Amino acid sequence: MPRARVVINREFCKGCALCTYACPRGILVISRDFNSRGYYPVMVTDEEQCAGCGFCAQVCPDVAIAVYRE
Amino acid sequence: MEKILMRGNEAVAEAAVRAGCRLYFGYPITPQNEISEYLSFRLPQVGGVFLQAESEVAAIHMVYGAAATGARVMTSSSGPGVSLMQEGLSCLAAAELPCVVVNMSRGGPGVGNIQPAQSDYFQAVKGGGHGDYRLIVLAPSTVQELVDLTYRAFYLADKYRNPVEILGDGMLGQMMEPVTFREPEFPPLPPKDWAIRGKGSGPRKWVVCLDLDPKGLEALNLKLQRKYRLLEEQETDYDTFGDPEPEILLVGFGTVGRILKSVVREGKKEGLKLALFRPITLFPFPKAALFEKAKGVKGILVVEMNLGQMLEDVELVVRGKVPVFFLGHTGGVIPTVSEILEYVHGLLKEEIRV
Amino acid sequence: MKVVFERPKTLLEKPFTYCPGCHHGLAQRLIAEVIEELGIADRTIGVGPIGCSVYIYEFIDVDFVVGAHGRAPAIATGIKRSLPDRVVFSYQGDGDIAAIGTAEIIHVANRGELITSFFVNNAVFGMTGGQMAPTTLLGQKTKTTPLGRDPQVHGFPFRLGECLSVLEGSAYIARVALTRPQFIRQAKECIRKAFLTQMEGKGFSLIEILSPCPTNWGMSPKEAVDWLEEKMIPYFPLGELKVKGCNSRETP
Ligand SMILES: Cc1ncc(C[n+]2csc(CCOP(=O)(O)OP(=O)(O)O)c2C)c(N)n1
Ligand code: SF4
Ligand code: SF4
Repeated sequence: MPRARVVINREFCKGCALCTYACPRGILVISRDFNSRGYYPVMVTDEEQCAGCGFCAQVCPDVAIAVYRE
Repeated sequence: MEKILMRGNEAVAEAAVRAGCRLYFGYPITPQNEISEYLSFRLPQVGGVFLQAESEVAAIHMVYGAAATGARVMTSSSGPGVSLMQEGLSCLAAAELPCVVVNMSRGGPGVGNIQPAQSDYFQAVKGGGHGDYRLIVLAPSTVQELVDLTYRAFYLADKYRNPVEILGDGMLGQMMEPVTFREPEFPPLPPKDWAIRGKGSGPRKWVVCLDLDPKGLEALNLKLQRKYRLLEEQETDYDTFGDPEPEILLVGFGTVGRILKSVVREGKKEGLKLALFRPITLFPFPKAALFEKAKGVKGILVVEMNLGQMLEDVELVVRGKVPVFFLGHTGGVIPTVSEILEYVHGLLKEEIRV
Repeated sequence: MKVVFERPKTLLEKPFTYCPGCHHGLAQRLIAEVIEELGIADRTIGVGPIGCSVYIYEFIDVDFVVGAHGRAPAIATGIKRSLPDRVVFSYQGDGDIAAIGTAEIIHVANRGELITSFFVNNAVFGMTGGQMAPTTLLGQKTKTTPLGRDPQVHGFPFRLGECLSVLEGSAYIARVALTRPQFIRQAKECIRKAFLTQMEGKGFSLIEILSPCPTNWGMSPKEAVDWLEEKMIPYFPLGELKVKGCNSRETP
C-alpha cells in the first residue's frame, strides 16, 4: 500500500512538466498518450515512492493534481 | 406646485436626485460644472455618492461599475469630456447597462471653446464610440423640459437597459428659468435581476462587454438592434408648433427649438405660414412624424448650432420629396430670429434654392 | 486518507484556457482559495481585465464584471462605492494596469479605494502576441523590441508596486512569484493579507504577481520559470513593499 496518492486530472493537464521538476522523488513523467485536448499529461511512475509532499500540486498552473496522504 | 427659479445645470442635478440617482462620477469642464458642484453637496444629503474622477475616462468606467450593481448612476460633461467617454459608452451599450450622461455641449472641434453649440449631434446620435450601438438621446429645449426629461432618462435607461444621453448645450445649462419638479408616473419596471451584487446564496452572475465567439457577438448585436427598433416604435417624441398647414417647416432641436418658436410667432405677424418640428428624442429620431409633417410643405428649413448634422437625418426622412434647406452657426454663434426670418422670406421668393 | 491538496471548490471545475506553464491559472487558484478560506465568496465581486485572463469570470465562482482594457480600477471603484460592504477585487495584466490603465490604478491607490488589485506581471503583452510591455526588461526581445528593449528609446521597466507604495492611500503592497512551492505559500499569505486589508478598511491593496509567459518568451515552461527567477526577480524584488504604518521590504 502506498503512503500517499497522487490523482492527476488527465484532461486538465497540459503537459507543462513543471511538476516533474518540483517532485523531490522524480516520480512524475510525461506520458506517451495524449488527452482529448491533444496534450500529453503527466503520470506517476511509482506511487510507492510518493512522499505526499504536495509540491507537484502546488506548482501545477492548471490545478490538475490532487494529493492525499495516510 | 411650487415653481423654483433654477439654472439648467442645477435643475438637471436636482431632478436626477429626485429620480433616484444615487451615484455621480465626473470630471470638471465648462459649461456644466454646476452639475457636479450641486451634486457634491446634494448626493450626500440623500446617502448617495459623489466622486470627482481623475478623468472622464475614469468617470465613465466608474459609471459602468456602479451601473452593473443596478444602482441609478450618472455622469455629466461637455464635448471634449464626452469624447473621452466614448469607450465607456460603447461598453455600457454592449453590456446593456443603464446610466444617464448629460452633455452640455460647447463649441468644437478640438478643445474648441466654452460657448454653446450643438456640434455633438453626430457623436451622440450616430455612435461616437466603436461598434453598432445606439444611445437613447434626449434633447430638451427649456429648463422645465430638462427636468422632465431627466426623470424620463432614468426610466428609459432602466426600461431598455441602455445608456441615455441628455444632449443640452451651454446655453441651456446656464439659463435660469422657473421649474417645478413634477414626479412623473411611469409604469413599473422589471426587477434588476441581472445586477451584480455578490452571488449571495443564488447562482453567480457576470456582466461583460465582449463575446469572442462570432455567432455570439452577432446574436448580441441583433438583440441590440431589436431593442433599437422597439425604441423607435415606442419612445419617439417630438414637439410641433405653429400653422397646421405650413408653407415652410422649420426643424431644430434643443435651444434652437426655442429660437424657431419665436420665428414662427414673428413670421405669423408678417403673414408667413410657418410651423416648427422639434425632435425631442434624437435617437430614436421621430422619422414617421416628420415624414407626415413634411407632406405638402414647400420646403423644410433645418436650423442648427452646427454646420449641418441633424440635417442629414431630416434629408434621410424626406428622401428628396421636399427641398431641404439649412441655416447653421457654430462655435458659439447663435442663429437669430431676424436672420432666420430673412432666410425664410428668401426661400419663399425662391431666391434661395437647394 | 488526508487531503494534502485538492482543487478549491471556488475554482470552477473546467480546464483553464491559458498556455501550458502560464501562471495566470496558478494566480487564480490562489485567489479562489483565499476567497474560499475567508468565507467571502457570496459577497465578493471580481473585475476582470482585457488580456489573456479576460475569461477569469469563467473560472472563479464569484460575481464578475469585465469592461474595457485597463479600466478595471475605475470599474471596481464604481462597484465598491455603490456596494461598500462587498469585497471587490480587480485582476489585470501589465499592459492593462501599467500602460493603458496607469492613470486609473494610480488614482485608485491614491484614493485609498477599498479594493484589492491583482497585477500579473509577465513582462509582455500576452494576448496581443508578445509585444513590449511597460515591464519588459532592458534588453528583452519582444515582438516590438526585436533588438531588445533600449532605454534610450523605450524607457525603463516600470516598477508599479514601488510607485504605488509611496502613495498615502495604499495600505498593503507586495510582490510575489509562483515559481516554487515556498514562494507560492508566501504569495498566498500576501493575498490573504491584501483581502484582509480591504475588509478591515485600511486602504488600497495590491499584489504584483511575477508570471511566466512561455509562449511569448519563446521558452519551455521550465526555461520560463528559470528565466523569471534569474532575470525578473533581481529587477522586481519579491516581498512586502508596503504595510500601512511601516515601510518594510521583507519577505513575509
Ligand atoms: C483600447 C484597447 N487597446 C488595445 C487593446 C488590445 N489589447 C488587448 S489585451 C492587450 C494587452 C494585454 O497584455 P497584458 O495586459 O500584459 O495581459 P496578458 O495578456 O499579458 O495577460 C492589448 C494591448 C484593447 N483590447 N483595447
Ligand atoms: S506529492 Fe510530492 S512526491 Fe508525490 S508526486 Fe507530488 S511532488 Fe512527487
Ligand atoms: S500568451 Fe502568455 S500570458 Fe497568455 S496564456 Fe499564454 S503563456 Fe499565459
